[in-house]
This record gives sequence, structure tokens and C-alpha cells, in this order.
Amino acid sequence: MSVEEKVKEIVMDKLNVTAEQVTPDASFVEDLGADSLDQAELVLALEDEFNLQISDKDSENLKTVGAAIDYITSHTS
Amino acid sequence: MKPLEGKTALVTGSARGIGRAIAEHLGSLGANLVISDVLAELTDNTAAELEKLGYKTLSAPCNVVNADEVNDLIKKIVDHFGSLDILVNNAGITRDGLLIRQTPESWDQVMEVNLKGSFLTIKGASRVMMKNRYGKIINISSVVGLMGNAGQVNYSASKAGLIGLTKSAAKELAGRNITVNAIAPGYIATKMTESLPEEAKEAFLSVIPLKRPGSAEDVAAAVAFLASPASDYITGQVLQVDGGMLM
Repeated sequence: MSVEEKVKEIVMDKLNVTAEQVTPDASFVEDLGADSLDQAELVLALEDEFNLQISDKDSENLKTVGAAIDYITSHTS
Repeated sequence: MKPLEGKTALVTGSARGIGRAIAEHLGSLGANLVISDVLAELTDNTAAELEKLGYKTLSAPCNVVNADEVNDLIKKIVDHFGSLDILVNNAGITRDGLLIRQTPESWDQVMEVNLKGSFLTIKGASRVMMKNRYGKIINISSVVGLMGNAGQVNYSASKAGLIGLTKSAAKELAGRNITVNAIAPGYIATKMTESLPEEAKEAFLSVIPLKRPGSAEDVAAAVAFLASPASDYITGQVLQVDGGMLM
């Protein structure tokens, strides 16, 4: 499974949204209804899945699905 | 089926005293037990004894003031039992003495174990509980955190702090079906209170309407209630187990 697919799967699971909603431009808060705890949980799930440490500062910039995918792509491999 | 069958409970400071009584009680209700204490040998011994009673038990010595040790502890529990459903923050110390004779060091020690230790275990455990959409966190505060007590500025401040921690965590975690409550025991007959001077003990008894000190079992029974599905609609509360000492 690609990074993109894995991220989408985690977002769908954590935010309880459909595949169609999880577009690269979708904002976690505005489009997908995430609250602050959802966002924190999402970051934890991404850290676990990709074996990463995402700093608080970095996680603040992960506002969209696309941003999360780009971040993980550039911080793995 | 027993009410806590299949649930895993971590009780800090459970090698002896009230913590041990809590662990035993939760075990009798079917919970898997994680015995944890800073005293490694005693932790192993207690875990072995509870195992003999037929409870599924894991011995996991840990100093709760050390973030790395707490993270390792949580990982060890999930590896062993597959989950963590109930956290009882019972580990606590006293460094009593009149305010004017207290040292910054004794203040820090009490705050570290009683307050920071609880913060660290909640932080670690809530990660697992959030994923599971289920959790029961019970913090052992004290009635002196509510009413104060001469000679215990550090201890009572740490126990009052634990109540603030309880309420904030309850608000943050409620959306994930995790309840967070505190228990405020009054004067409980244990090793820790045994060393009190005779006059102090009598002074306590004179203000307890039920006219007896509490037992570790009295506290354990209240913990069991807050750990069980019977309390699923209760969060952010402080349950006093004090014989009516403070109303």
C-alpha cells in the first residue's frame, strides 16, 4: 500500500469519513470535522503507522490530507 | 461472567498497602492485573502471590516519575495483555512537617511522585484508551486535598492538584468514552498512617461520624465501582471515602 493510501485509510478510520471526502485538499478541521483531540489522535496514529516522531510544531502545519501525505513522504524512505 | 473479565488494570504503587488491596479487589472481579511499584522485589513478590490466587498477573516495576520508564511500562502491558482499560493512580508518598520546616526538596519529591507521576501514566494510558474508545482512570487523591491538613502542605497541594488534573482530563477524554474520577480517602488504617502520633490518630477519629478509621478494602471497593460499567455515566467526580469526615 502506498503512503497516500495508508494515510487515507487512517484518516477515514480516525475521523469516520468516506473515501470520497478524503481528497488531497480536504482540511481536517473545516472539511472533515476534526476537533483538536481528533487532530492529536491522527498525528499519533500517523507516528505509529510510519514509525515517525512528528514535533508539535510540524503537526500544526499538517492541516490538509495532502500536507500530511507530503510530510510523511519526505520524512520516510 | 465477572464484571471486569477481559479488562486489564494497572494499579501504581500496588506492591503493598491500599494499592495492593485495590489490585486484589479488581482481580476478584476478573480483571487482568498489572502490579507496579518502585520497589522491584516487592512488586515481583506481590504479583506472584496474586497469581497464586488465580488472577492473571504481570509484574512491572516502574518509577512513575520517569517518563521513559512509564512509556516502557505501558508498552509492556499492551504487549502482554493486548490492552489497558483501567488505570489506578495510587502511587504516592508523604514528607510531612510543618510549613516553616519544609524544604524545597521534600516539596519537589511529593509533587513528582503524586502529581507528575499521575500525569505521566494518564498520558501514556490515554493513548491506548483513545484508540480503544474505552477507559477508566481513577486517581487516588485524599480528603486533605479538599480540607487541608497542618503538617501536610506538600501532600495536600499534590492531592488537590490531582483533583484539577482529574477534572481537566475528564473533559478532554470524555469524547473518547474514557471516564476520569478521583477518590478522596479520609483516615485509612495503613502502614503510612500507623506512624502518626497517637494524639493525631485520636484527633482524626473524633471528627469521623462513622467512628472508625477506614480500611484499605473500603477504598478498594470504591475504586472497583469507578472501574466497573456501573459508573459509566460518572466522570470528573471526587468520591470521598472518609466515614463522613468532610461534608
